Amino acid sequence: MSPDQTLAFETDCHIFDGCGFPAPGLHSFTFEPIATVGGIEINKPMLLVLLGTVAVVVFFWAAFGRAKVVPGKLQMVGEAGYDFVRRGIVYEALGKKEGDKYVPLMVSLFFFIWIMNLWSVIPLAQFPATSIIAFPAGLAAIVYILWVSLTFRKHGFVGGLKNISGYDKSIGPVLPLVMALELLSNLIIRPFTHAVRLFANMFAGHVLLLIFTIASWYLLNGIGIAYASVSFVMVLLLTVFELFIQALQAYVFVLLACNYIQGALAEHH
Amino acid sequence: MIALVNLAEEEAQNPLLPPLPELVIGLIAFAIVFIFFAKKLLPNINRVLDERRAAIEGGMEKAEATQAEAQQVLEDYRAQLADARHEAARLRQEAQEQGAALIAEMRAEGQRQREEIIAAGHAQIEAERKQAGTALRQDVGKLATDLAGKIVGESLEDVARQSRTIDRFLDDLEAKAADGSKAEAGR
Repeated sequence: MSPDQTLAFETDCHIFDGCGFPAPGLHSFTFEPIATVGGIEINKPMLLVLLGTVAVVVFFWAAFGRAKVVPGKLQMVGEAGYDFVRRGIVYEALGKKEGDKYVPLMVSLFFFIWIMNLWSVIPLAQFPATSIIAFPAGLAAIVYILWVSLTFRKHGFVGGLKNISGYDKSIGPVLPLVMALELLSNLIIRPFTHAVRLFANMFAGHVLLLIFTIASWYLLNGIGIAYASVSFVMVLLLTVFELFIQALQAYVFVLLACNYIQGALAEHH
Repeated sequence: MIALVNLAEEEAQNPLLPPLPELVIGLIAFAIVFIFFAKKLLPNINRVLDERRAAIEGGMEKAEATQAEAQQVLEDYRAQLADARHEAARLRQEAQEQGAALIAEMRAEGQRQREEIIAAGHAQIEAERKQAGTALRQDVGKLATDLAGKIVGESLEDVARQSRTIDRFLDDLEAKAADGSKAEAGR
């Protein structure tokens, strides 16, 4: 591995050295393969996803593997997280009776997404895996397939279409237009925004962190050192902000998933 | 968005197009997490949470039962205490009444005995007085007859005569005494 592949920018470039600002961009999100396993070229985001999977499983295995009625510290933390998703999101949106079936999915989604986001600020990793569209898209696709199939299973084909298109006779003559827009919105735009909301937040957050991190290094020359310190403070502030956004986006993703399922199970409105 | 698309064109890559290997890896990774959660970890923790709820509810029920029992015992104790107080008050009252009755009885008895004693005394005195009167009368009669016999020289042995004489003598004496007392009262 050359330094170019592990760091997001050139390390020997400083201001006043006749060297332009190595601005981050789309190239910050493309990675050379680290290794090839079974014909698949493994790059850094993939590695982070796999490590994140291991981290989530190991953490919750340690917390819940030998769960006790009187919990240890780790189990208490795990239970707090589990209860947050279960009660705070799933039961809120779907109710206890309907929601119980979807708790495992939502808990997995929340912690999986959160750890993918969290890589953004974990030293050495420092890249949110969810800023690669493939990962949020895969998860959004699972949710999409689930709620669409639930809609048709619950209401039948015509009823399902009515449910998705917001069929309501009382609207009057604009009903066809509304139905067309609703169909477009729910069937095509919804999964796209579901995935892109998470992806774009993480993408933008990473770019912000990169800009100030690179600037802190780039400005480290002569009078620029004063500006570098300001930039570094921004890195710290944005790191805290990103920590918040990472949890928030995981929450929003799961909340929307619950809302879609709730809409699928609801009677015609 | 437009800038993004422009950039994507320049760099000949679109960040919104998911590369297949990442998609597959992501789905496999998520499937692993999901299977662990759904099959092992969440059933595990749910069982424990149910057990805990049962334990807590059982503990609370036990605590409630204990509390109710304690309350019951306290009420019993209070009732017993009140009963005891009533009993004590009743006993005291009874004792007082009994005492008062006893005192009254004793007093009545004392009164009765006193009266008896007095009556007996009176009777005895009366009897003794009568006896003394009789004896005196005999003695005085004997003395008087003896004296009179000596004076007259004639024995007044005849009892009837003797007693008549004595009686007359005594009547005279009594009349004189009555006159004397009358004269004294008049004076």
